[in-house]
This record gives sequence, structure tokens and C-alpha cells, in this order.
Amino acid sequence: MKNTILTIKQQQRIAPDTCEMVLQAAGTDAAVLEEVRPGQFINIKIDGFYLRRPISICDWDAAAGTITIIYKTVGQGTEAMSRMTAGQELDILWPLGNGYDLGCLPQRPLLIGGGAGVPPMYGLCRKLAEAGARPQVILGFRSAADVFYQEKFQALGARVLITTEDGSAGIRGFVTDAMAALGTGSAAALEPGSAEEHANESAYDGVFACGPEPMLRAVDQNAPAEIPGQMSFEERMGCGFGACMGCSCETKYGAKRICKDGPVLERSEIIW
Amino acid sequence: MVADMKTSLCGIELDNPVMAASGTFGYGLEFAEIYDINILGSFSFKGTTPQPRFGNPTPRIADCTEGMLNSVGLQNPGVDAVIAEELPALAKVFHKPVMANVCGGSPADYAEVAEKLDQCSQVGWMEVNISCPNVKSGGMAFGTDPGAAAEVISAVRRVTRKPVIAKLSPNVTDIAEIARACEAAGADGLTAINTLLGMRIDLKTRQPILANTMGGFSGPAVFPVALRAVWQISRAVDLPVIGCGGICSAENVLEMMMAGAAAVQVGSANLTVPTACRDIIGDLPGAMEKYGIRSLKELRVR
Ligand SMILES: Cc1cc2nc3c(=O)[nH]c(=O)nc-3n(C[C@H](O)[C@H](O)[C@H](O)COP(=O)(O)OP(=O)(O)OC[C@H]3O[C@@H](n4cnc5c(N)ncnc54)[C@H](O)[C@@H]3O)c2cc1C
Ligand SMILES: Cc1cc2nc3c(=O)[nH]c(=O)nc-3n(C[C@H](O)[C@H](O)[C@H](O)COP(=O)(O)O)c2cc1C
Ligand code: FES
Repeated sequence: MKNTILTIKQQQRIAPDTCEMVLQAAGTDAAVLEEVRPGQFINIKIDGFYLRRPISICDWDAAAGTITIIYKTVGQGTEAMSRMTAGQELDILWPLGNGYDLGCLPQRPLLIGGGAGVPPMYGLCRKLAEAGARPQVILGFRSAADVFYQEKFQALGARVLITTEDGSAGIRGFVTDAMAALGTGSAAALEPGSAEEHANESAYDGVFACGPEPMLRAVDQNAPAEIPGQMSFEERMGCGFGACMGCSCETKYGAKRICKDGPVLERSEIIW
Repeated sequence: MVADMKTSLCGIELDNPVMAASGTFGYGLEFAEIYDINILGSFSFKGTTPQPRFGNPTPRIADCTEGMLNSVGLQNPGVDAVIAEELPALAKVFHKPVMANVCGGSPADYAEVAEKLDQCSQVGWMEVNISCPNVKSGGMAFGTDPGAAAEVISAVRRVTRKPVIAKLSPNVTDIAEIARACEAAGADGLTAINTLLGMRIDLKTRQPILANTMGGFSGPAVFPVALRAVWQISRAVDLPVIGCGGICSAENVLEMMMAGAAAVQVGSANLTVPTACRDIIGDLPGAMEKYGIRSLKELRVR
């Protein structure tokens, strides 16, 4: 873990209540980026707030020394962040958490992100695509206006299904409705591809998910039991680096700290 | 002028008065990844109970103005695992006496933990936590009643020859009275203060943020409360006092020592700025020079 000052390179609103921020690391500070894994996060000090705010690393570019984060403005801290402009500096701790384990790489991974859980799926999708996998992605949002990054996932070569709660874009309902549609004609209608690709959709061999806990639980219930999976959890954090025990959760292998032993847990160890 | 940061605590020399406070420094390992923790005077490790404890349900943390709430509830692997695993791991990165933070639900629990930790040569002091606001039985219940406090301190006193330090709760009407009861029961020193009982409500859900409803408030906002407690205690008893609560700068350290503290503990600051202790120790000589202080031992205002 390093404590680094990053400079805001750019910030833009990409959906209502959703901001994308690109941060620039100076000189040798960028070396941290060589070790970043998808699913890791940064912990941001915001002027006027005591505790830092944890936000996932959405994407990173080691050569350029930049990272991208995407966050929803849900309270005073993220509101304050959304008012920041290019050139301002941010004090961060990074990289934090374990990130997704890409040790045994699935060939047909299924990636599922819900709302503020979408950002870490992007960096993961890029890593999987670079390793030769052809990810199937499901992104869940409230409504059409909230959708972001659909094209960016597609540009990585991923097949993308969108769900919205009000049906204003993609499949009406939740990400599990898209899981049920995989391999059926209804998914094919929303997402172009060869007949073989559609036949393969439902034959995923690994599932990765990030989103609200009810979504994660539903994904777990809907994915075949024998498929390995990794899911990223959120918890209120005191430190973000394993010192305070503020973020603990019980797993089948004992207590784990979401910030240090997580935020990614193996599907097989999660106690729902 | 060469600043003399040395001080002593219950007969053990400290290179400087800055320690990390219990529960905010784990068993030191996370911090040893960032800096050489041997620069610390010492640190107090996470509160330890006879049996492993998961602690309270989450959320256990809430952000506040210049501070935070925690309701961790003494999560720890139990004294046997601490001795078998955490202390050997610590020995690789920390070569000074460490302070053990002893907890329990009854005087016998405290004595069991202290008796086992008494065998560990790494442990320099026994800090008896009679002030945790986050456990149903024991904890703060002992530290808010002079009789109960004395009972726990004498139970620990009987099983160890290491210095016994009582960690006091600010959630009392007269902290000096508790301090005197601990002194009479055989304490060699006092730490003041543990967290203040506090609470926050989420405006959107209209529910308490902490799953446990209430928790302990700490951070810069409590500094004046801690300073006042140290001032009162150090005038009521003849024991060294460790000042703890809200410290986040070298100036805070000096102020706390002027109030009567023999040493200090830095808590929440470690969580928001992982190098807080290192930074404070680094700033201390400059701050001493600025205020014309040659030696910390002569600081206390009489
Ligand atoms: C590992 C991790 C990764 C995250 N990644 C992202 C991301 O990529 N994009 C995104 O939009 N959000 C993400 N979040 C959630 C984000 O941390 C919160 O939305 C944010 O802290 C809210 O701060 P606030 O001051 O605006 O809200 P407030 O409600 O005012 O915050 C008050 C306190 O509660 C904490 N808090 C509130 N909501 C959450 C939450 N859901 N999880 C953890 N702590 C919370 C805050 O950090 C703060 O300490 C992540 C959370 C975690 C734990
Ligand atoms: C997350 C957290 C956990 C704590 N755990 C313990 C503990 O196990 N034992 C103890 O005696 N004090 C514990 N404390 C109290 C601190 O040691 C310290 O007394 C208090 O936080 C005040 O100091 P500060 O304002 O510098 O944080 C804890 C505090 C925090 C914030
Ligand atoms: S937030 Fe402190 S241990 Fe996880």
C-alpha cells in the first residue's frame, strides 16, 4: 500500500449522479500501477471529511500513469468529489484489497455488474479479454438514462446485455433476468452474434460479480452450483487496509476483512 | 539544542513518548509494510479476550465531523492464537516491548488473558481495557464503577509482575474517582481515554448507522475531552498517565504532556493517515525546538 497524491486529469458526468474521474500519478508514483489487479480499490481523502471514501479502480494505464474511477454521488463525500475539477490534487491510499484472482482463467467468463458495481467489471473485462477470453457481460441499471460504459465493454470484444428495472433499455428487470435469457432467443434479439455464440452464452465457466448484496445473492442462486465464481463486497470502512477490523465478515474459512482479505470473495467461501 | 525525546513508562525506557493505541494498529503488521515501526515508543495491540471473538454485526463504522464511531466489539482471535501466531509474526518486525490490551467479560477472564500473556517476553505492559463501550458484558461496565474497576485490576495484578495499566473510560461523572480506585487496587499506570459513547442516524433510512446502534467516538474532536481527563487524573493519583484521544500532531503530544501525560497514544489518526505516528515522531524535535523544550521529562505543568 502507498499513500500518494494524484492529480485530477479530467472529470465528467457520464450519467445522472455518476461521474468518471481520471487521476494522474506523477513520476515514480506510477510504478504502483504495475501491480494493480482488477477489483482493487483506492481510499480517497476528501477535504472536510474525516474518513476516506473507498472507490474501485475501474481502469488503469501503467504507461500513462493514470487510473480511472467511476462513482455515484450518493452522499456528501461523493458530492464534494463531483465538484472537483482538473488540476486539483487527491490524497489516496492504493492499491487496496485483494482484487479478482485470475490464476485459473475461465475461457467463457460471465461478468455481472450492478450500478456502482459496474466500474470494477470494466478493468476485469479488459484483463480477461487481453488474456484471450471472450467475456459475456451483464450490466444492471435502474433506467436507460443511468446506463454507462456499454460501448466501452463492447470495444473490448465483450458481448454485453443491459438490464433496466423499468425496461427503458435492454431487458426489463434485474441482472438475473438477463442470466435466464442467456442462450435463449431473447438475448440474441438484443445482442448480435453468430448462432454458435448464442448457443455458447449459457455455457459460461466462471462468474464474476460486483453490486449490491441482494444482487450478489441472486446471482449466486441463479448460477449453476459447480461454476466457480468470485464476488466483490462492500462494507463501511475505518481504514481500508486491514488495521481496524471495522469491515469484517464471516466466511466459511473464518472472519475476513473486506478491505484486506477482500473485497473479492470466492463463491465457495461466502456465507449468505 | 538537541531535543531529548526519551521518556520512561513504569520503569521501561521509551525512545520517544509516541505509541499507537489499541485497536487502531492491529498487531503492527499492516504498518510495518509502510514504515519501520521500531521508531515508535511502542504500541498497544488489539484488545485480547480468552476466546476468539468475531465482534458486533456490521456496519461497525460511521464517519463524523473530525472523528469516527466504531462498534467493532473486540474482534480478536483469542489469547492462545495471539500468543501462537500474532506475537511471533510481530517479533519479526518489532523489537521493543509491546503493550498487551487485556479484555474480558469477568475479572476471571481478564486474569486468564493476563496470566497467559505474562509468559511472553515481548509483552512489556498489561493495559487493562475496562472501558470498551462495544461489548454487552464487561468492558465499560467495569470502568464506570470504582468497585468493579478495582476488582478487575486486582485480579490482573495477582497474575502478573509486568506493569499493569488501567485504561479508563471518559463515560463517567468523575474520572479521578475511578483513577484512585485503580491506583488503590495496584495499577502501575493509567491510560486515558478510551472512546466516548456516541451515535449517528442515517437521514435516508432513519435508522442508526451502526448495526449496534451506539459506538465509541474517537478522533481529533475528542482531544479536549482527553486532555481534560489527563489533567484531572494526573492531579488525583501518583501514577504515570498515558494521554490518548484525538492526537494527530506533535503539538498535540506536547500539549498532552503539559497536562501531565508521561507518554501518549495515537489512535484513529493511524486509520486515516497510516504514517501518522511516524510523521508525529518526525515532527516532534522541531515542535520541541519551536517551544523551547529541551527534554520531555520536564514538561508537566505542576
Ligand atoms: C471496496 C469498495 C469499493 C467501492 N467502489 C465504488 C465504486 O467504484 N463506485 C461507487 O460509486 N461506489 C463505490 N463504493 C461505495 C462508496 O464507497 C460509497 O458510495 C461512498 O463511500 C459514499 O460516500 P458519501 O460520503 O458520498 O456517502 P455518505 O453516505 O455520506 O457516507 C458516509 C460514510 O459511509 C460510508 N459509506 C456510504 N456508503 C457506503 C458503501 N456503499 N460502501 C462503503 N462505505 C459506504 C462512507 O465511506 C462514509 O464513511 C465502494 C465501496 C467499497 C467498500
Ligand atoms: C476501530 C477502533 C478500535 C478500538 N479498539 C480498542 C481496543 O480493542 N482496546 C482498547 O483499549 N481501545 C480500543 N480503541 C480505543 C483507542 O485505543 C483509543 O483509546 C481511542 O480511539 C481514542 O483515541 P483516538 O482519538 O486517538 O482514536 C479502539 C478505537 C478504534 C477507533
Ligand atoms: S476497514 Fe479497517 S480493517 Fe477493513
